[in-house]
Amino acid sequence: MTNTQLTLGPVYYLWDGPKWRDFYFRIADEAPVSRIIVGETVCSKRQHFIDPHMDEVIERLEAAGKEVVISTYALVTLMRETKKLRAIAEETDRLIEVNDLSAFMYLDSRPHTVGPLVNVYNGATARLLKTRGATALCLPPELPMSSIAAIAGDDPGIELEVFAFGRVPLAISARCAHARSKGKIKDNCSFVCGEEPDGLDVRTLDRQPFLSLNGVQTMSHTCQSLIGELDELRRAGIRRFRLSPQDCDMAAVAEVYRAALDGRIDAREAKARLNAIYPNVPLSNGFLYGREGAALVGYAADA
Amino acid sequence: MELICPAGTPSAFRAAVDAGADAVYCGFRDETNARNFPGLNFSREELGEAIAHAHRHGTKVLVALNTFMRAGAEDIWYEGARDASRLGADALILADMGLMAYVAENLPEQRLHVSVQASASNADAISFLVQAFGAKRVVLPRTLTIGDIAGISRAVNCEIEVFVFGGLCVMAEGRCSLSSYATGKSPNMHGVCSPASHVRYRREGNEMVSELGGYTINRFGQGEPAGYPTLCKGRFDIGEACGYAFEDPVSLDVMSEIDALRAAGVSALKIEGRQRGKAYVAEVVSTLKAALDAEPERRAALLSGLRGLSEGQKTTSGAYEKKWR
Repeated sequence: MTNTQLTLGPVYYLWDGPKWRDFYFRIADEAPVSRIIVGETVCSKRQHFIDPHMDEVIERLEAAGKEVVISTYALVTLMRETKKLRAIAEETDRLIEVNDLSAFMYLDSRPHTVGPLVNVYNGATARLLKTRGATALCLPPELPMSSIAAIAGDDPGIELEVFAFGRVPLAISARCAHARSKGKIKDNCSFVCGEEPDGLDVRTLDRQPFLSLNGVQTMSHTCQSLIGELDELRRAGIRRFRLSPQDCDMAAVAEVYRAALDGRIDAREAKARLNAIYPNVPLSNGFLYGREGAALVGYAADA
Repeated sequence: MELICPAGTPSAFRAAVDAGADAVYCGFRDETNARNFPGLNFSREELGEAIAHAHRHGTKVLVALNTFMRAGAEDIWYEGARDASRLGADALILADMGLMAYVAENLPEQRLHVSVQASASNADAISFLVQAFGAKRVVLPRTLTIGDIAGISRAVNCEIEVFVFGGLCVMAEGRCSLSSYATGKSPNMHGVCSPASHVRYRREGNEMVSELGGYTINRFGQGEPAGYPTLCKGRFDIGEACGYAFEDPVSLDVMSEIDALRAAGVSALKIEGRQRGKAYVAEVVSTLKAALDAEPERRAALLSGLRGLSEGQKTTSGAYEKKWR
């Protein structure tokens, strides 16, 4: 089914500037994704790592025929964050992705997208956002299939997307647990989160992998993958799937999803390929089944 | 400043009113309520009686419908809003934008407060909710400094309510799926965080181990009090750092800062703890009420008695101090 599209979400991690740039250059050349969200989302202190490369990255992606959407911060608490938000809204003609309610103040009904960190749990909220100019929204990763189907069935007049690949953004705080784990605080963090470009493992005291720290954000240890549920989601009316960048070959991940959507490989084969591309991180899909998010259920558990 | 007190049961509600609360907040016994714990909260009839009792004593009642509407079941929330309004609620505390829109349109006379679960943590987000839905008050998250609060208060056209005593939520509230990830039950959808149904304690040698879902959240040595396994207050293993990754098992107490909060433009002080019993509510409310009315130099003595009621017997001013970050 070719009318189903892939989105590449923003890079949540602190990657140094050249790594970040080269990542998008490869995506531009290789990845079968139609829309790409670019820009700092998690921590404003990281903004200066990517700013010098923003223009060339956007240019390269657009030259490759990709639609570029500019991301905004997920948690705005400081004046400089508000100023940056306003500057992004004023300076770009491109679509902006809203990740915190504050962005709505600067959009003034102009078209925009809504990211998975804004709480849209029902059709009433989706319809409301449409009236304010949203053209697409990525539903929160914890939504079960029953809610996704009900929202899509409500036909809110807006393109709905689901979080189909990546460690799940579970929480965000004004405090930086990542810095704290290294004896620092957010205001004097020395950018230690850059030492773990795919997140810092949080294990239980029994050394069971559990969560992953990414600066002020806490993510799942597992990688959510809805590769086995794409058809069911499509039948429910979902036409766009989001891949959230991890520190692995995301062009190859996108190729697997594209192949699965086009019916060229089955779910079992797709899962095997994902395991090879992103080893050592278990896949999960529990949220979609109304279960604990860390669970892997259905077809995939025994694949 | 108003003192806003919690009530999870009709008897705690009466205790709060009798102890001098300016307002009491509570919710229905269903998934519309972000404190949807077994054995707590109010039926329609109980809420009606409670509101009548409060109003006879000049106390306001704020009804929390602060989970996010389940898709396809929105009527449960709409009905909750209509019923609370009909029973005389002085305000509805809401988190879901779809529900805010419903109340603004269908119950235009009803006062609307923005729940902390709505995650409006800056002036722009608040102004958006004020403009879009006519919100009259916002409950700020426990992730801001007093300086941040003062800046917000100057910039927005609505009242500010802050938490001053009780549990401390470390994450941006309303945007946390940690509990959902471990248990399948969500604060946003089911109104529960670290639900008791998923808690297990087991003894291992001299240690008491607490678990949530399939995960060990803490291990307590001999003589160490075994606290409740709230996920973000657990001990974890991170690189070389093994310990409380997100927050120690402490609770919030910023009553010593009430003059600064008043100067920052705060109009209401909120006590957390709808799962607490009536004795707790009575003691905390009457003490804080007395402290609010006292001369500043007498406050410390009045407040010192509350320390023993706090989780882990330790308190923090949390993010209200900048170095917490």
